[in-house]
Amino acid sequence: MSNESLPSWDQIPIGGIIVEPGNSINRYTGDWRTFKPIINNDKCIRCLLCWVYCPDGVIKILDREYIDSKGRKWDITLDIDYDHCKGCGICVEECPVDAIDFVEEVK
Amino acid sequence: MSRVKQKRLALNSNYAVAYAVRDVDVDVVAAYPITPQTTIMEKISEMIANGELDAELIHVESEHSALSAVVGASAAGARVFTATSSQGLELMHEILHIASGMRLPIVMAVPTRALSAPISIWNDYSDLMNTRDASWITFIASTAQEVYDSIVQAYMVAEDSRVLLPVMVAYDGFLMSHTYEPVEVPEDPGPIREITPRRDRITLDPDNPVTMGTITDPRWYYEIKYQQVKAMENAREVIEETSETLYRVLGRRYPPVEAYKTEDAEIAVLAYGGLFGTVQDAVDSMRSKGLNVGAIRLRQWRPFPVEELTHLLHNLDAIIVIDRAISYGASIQGPVALEVYPVASRMGLHVYSFIAGIGQRHVLERDIESMVSKALGYLDQGVTPLRSIYWGVRGGE
Repeated sequence: MSNESLPSWDQIPIGGIIVEPGNSINRYTGDWRTFKPIINNDKCIRCLLCWVYCPDGVIKILDREYIDSKGRKWDITLDIDYDHCKGCGICVEECPVDAIDFVEEVK
Repeated sequence: MSRVKQKRLALNSNYAVAYAVRDVDVDVVAAYPITPQTTIMEKISEMIANGELDAELIHVESEHSALSAVVGASAAGARVFTATSSQGLELMHEILHIASGMRLPIVMAVPTRALSAPISIWNDYSDLMNTRDASWITFIASTAQEVYDSIVQAYMVAEDSRVLLPVMVAYDGFLMSHTYEPVEVPEDPGPIREITPRRDRITLDPDNPVTMGTITDPRWYYEIKYQQVKAMENAREVIEETSETLYRVLGRRYPPVEAYKTEDAEIAVLAYGGLFGTVQDAVDSMRSKGLNVGAIRLRQWRPFPVEELTHLLHNLDAIIVIDRAISYGASIQGPVALEVYPVASRMGLHVYSFIAGIGQRHVLERDIESMVSKALGYLDQGVTPLRSIYWGVRGGE
């Protein structure tokens, strides 16, 4: 079977070299997940270890204020890019205050 | 450009390789010692130490690493060289496919040697024949002079934008790698550098980032491998063009298959590497006895010269192919005979596959003469054995 809509052999860069840097953003890997990490911004101490350890750079540091249940005000809010998070669970493992839940994906 | 002034040196084929590497001004060399390749690298390191060649010589811990190192350097845009034999070539095998798949114009010299086990440091072509499907252009040289010229040509072919495939230059380990012959090399490398100019290709460049050797899913892989098929086809014309350029500059050229006294011959003996000289002498001797025998030499193993061979086989009734390697369990166990067969049989020729020279068992003129008389016997009876003939094996049929 061929994919007629895709480029033919002579339209592909030689050796399949990727000449357009940073195009992995176009590859959605979010559907690889079995378990989904969810950051609890109320428990989170903003140490950013999850951001450091994430192998795919999907921890999003949002420039958005957050006031937790004890009334403490944080300058940033954390979120996850679920289009690209593969669900490896490294952030869950590394979080020092267990602020990241890991829940089974239900489709 | 007119023919250049050359000086005549006494070189073995390994040293001829080193002189060519020097004259094309290679940037990066990586290799691991293995007999009978080692003296190539000894000579190159001597040239670097003496300031005759400005190159990085990377010492590595294995042949797998040697080829990996030149893959990296070539991807970064360097002109690279490596060499190996036997087990070293086997250890490189994985990276052979990566080098060709990444379309890197790497050049490698292979003084061929038998494979273990049992251990043999002596010559045959088992190592080279195992690289058959690795998508490397492959020349098999038969003189030290041709080894020098082929290394130069290898860069001209490999770096051509129509090709961009790696090239191997093979020749007999020991029988050529360690025997001295007169070799003409240009007095000044200038003309060699003129015919091997640096050419643009996509390389690793921080200003224009690219990714090479990436993963491809089933929608992409096939088309990228088909590019290699086309590159191998393009290599035929590029080899022909560069042969003409070399002839203009150095006064020497080597056809993909070389004929010797085949015009009026009824049977020809096809061989490759240094054995061709012995075959030519045997042909002379048989002709003096009134036999219509010729010789054919295969120089270009990949891409296989189907058209040129077809042309040479035109008047023949039969062809003997002498292989110095065994393809165990194959329909015809001589790897080259197996490729000659469809070309020759299409033209109605009988093909006689002889295995000889395994582990450097001597192949003498009288062996060639006996092979021819055995084949002529088959031809008279109109029979073609359905398997290869294992010449000189003790207790054989």
